[in-house]
Amino acid sequence: MAFVQIDNLQKTYAGGFAALKGVSLEIGEGEILALLGPNGAGKTTLISVLCGLVSPSGGQARIGGHDIVEAYRAARRLVGLVPQEIALEPFTKVIDAVRFSRGLFGLSRDEAKIENILKRLSLWDKRHARITQLSGGMKRRVLIAKALAHEPRVLFLDEPTAGVDVELRRDMWQIVAELKADGVTIILTTHYIEEAEAIADRIGVINKGALLLVEDKAALMARMGRKELYISLRKPVATVPQALAGYGLELADDGATLVYSYDTSGEATGITALLADLAGAGLKLADLKTRQSSLEDIFVGLTRETSAEDAA
Amino acid sequence: MNWSAIWTIYTAEMTRFFRTFVQSFISPVISTSLYFVVFGTAIGSRIQQVEGVSYAAFIVPGLIMLSVMTQSISNASFGIYFPKFTGTIFELLSAPVNFFEIVLGYVGAAATKALFIGLVILATASVFIELQIAHPLAMMAFLVLTCLSFALFGFIIGIWAGNFEQLQLIPLLVLTPLIFLGGAFYSISMLPAVWQTVSLFNPVVYLISGFRWAFYGAADVPIGLSLLAIAGFTGACLLTIGWIFKSGYRLKP
Ligand SMILES: Nc1ncnc2c1ncn2[C@@H]1O[C@H](COP(=O)(O)OP(=O)(O)OP(=O)(O)O)[C@@H](O)[C@H]1O
Ligand SMILES: [Mg+2]
Repeated sequence: MAFVQIDNLQKTYAGGFAALKGVSLEIGEGEILALLGPNGAGKTTLISVLCGLVSPSGGQARIGGHDIVEAYRAARRLVGLVPQEIALEPFTKVIDAVRFSRGLFGLSRDEAKIENILKRLSLWDKRHARITQLSGGMKRRVLIAKALAHEPRVLFLDEPTAGVDVELRRDMWQIVAELKADGVTIILTTHYIEEAEAIADRIGVINKGALLLVEDKAALMARMGRKELYISLRKPVATVPQALAGYGLELADDGATLVYSYDTSGEATGITALLADLAGAGLKLADLKTRQSSLEDIFVGLTRETSAEDAA
Repeated sequence: MNWSAIWTIYTAEMTRFFRTFVQSFISPVISTSLYFVVFGTAIGSRIQQVEGVSYAAFIVPGLIMLSVMTQSISNASFGIYFPKFTGTIFELLSAPVNFFEIVLGYVGAAATKALFIGLVILATASVFIELQIAHPLAMMAFLVLTCLSFALFGFIIGIWAGNFEQLQLIPLLVLTPLIFLGGAFYSISMLPAVWQTVSLFNPVVYLISGFRWAFYGAADVPIGLSLLAIAGFTGACLLTIGWIFKSGYRLKP
């Protein structure tokens, strides 16, 4: 059964703006879902509704089987949230801020647990520093520590790596992997496609308040991923030879390279035939190279499609 | 009940109070002493007894009430406004707590601070004059109830306020005049008949009168009415807060 179950969730803000237009989604226990989408797509709104920061205008959602409105206590006990904006009390000490989160969720004091979290986030040396004395990246670590302090079963990370250095991003990915190993469900939003590619099991693309697709990362890449074969020639050609017209080749590098696009999931790629025909046409190869289109290409393609539909 | 959450909020709020403990302690001592120098000694020596006690003694209950009411409001309104301002309120709203627990934590802490300051003033006053307290239990009950109800009121202001100016607005525009005209420094019976009637519409009159009764056994209005007034005020504040959390007013879009 799905651990997080979202059913036709809608949110229309007071001004009449529809930020979520009926989102349905199921996320399994221990799964990592990455939500991709441009600015204003509704990612934060979706997370905010699920965490109780924004009241839904329609639809339902359950976390661990508990309705987020009717059984908010049971639902929220399972949830940790790392918000997009850094929000911390400026004059508290790091360790007190983390203890506060634990107490607020009704858990007993556990100094060993808190020490472990602070050490994992490289905050242990700073535990007695006040929030105002921390750098931006450290503040983000404190936010993560606070969310982990109450041992969530579902963790929402709203752009956790925006504005953090490479090291923290690596740490983050490491922590996400460890949490996943503990069976924690993770939903993260990001603008970094390589991040989604690196850590997610499934990927959702959201734009203008609607979920465009949710798919297994590997399946998505395979289904939509196209590969390109770059063929470098010993001698440039002015036009694609007539004998090769059927392959839809494109010229690049002033005729020094031929580009062949093919579908990796197709029955046959057509490469063998192409290479034979190249030789037949008298062309000599200097080098071969392939490139797989990334999630980024898929993502840009999808969101552009919806924008184009809107315009039409 | 999530007792752990209530205690967590309460102690976090109290920690902030203790960070500025010296100021919190010194400023009421100084201001009370000033009141005694000015009203008790300089002016009070020219005023005859009021309701059977010296003027300096007469103003003590009013003085305590004045501080306790303004302190309760400013502590509680700031206490809940600050997380709204810094954005840390997200954590409260996403935690497994209900409104009653949040209110208990914030209002409890604000009332505790105000109570502490009220007692400091009482102690300072006893240095200047010989205090008599006719009904000590009733005095404490009135003090605690006033701290709680005005902290509830302050909590509402803190939620309503959209900026720091609004946070100051109600205490400044509404409360200060109500307290000064509420008989803190005089007996209502000293006023002309018309103003006595007008005063009866000022809720603060009932609180100060009741509190003074606990000290000296004399009151401007019947003590039962005073109790009713404070109970009614507390009830109204609780209802408003209940509605705020149910509707998400100024808390949830
Ligand atoms: N409180 C609010 N009142 C009215 N409109 C809002 C409110 N919060 C968000 N919106 C609108 O809802 C839309 C979705 O916002 P949201 O913050 O969910 O986007 P997002 O996908 O998180 O974007 P980003 O990548 O920039 O963080 C935006 O158009 C935004 O202007
Ligand atoms: Mg966002």
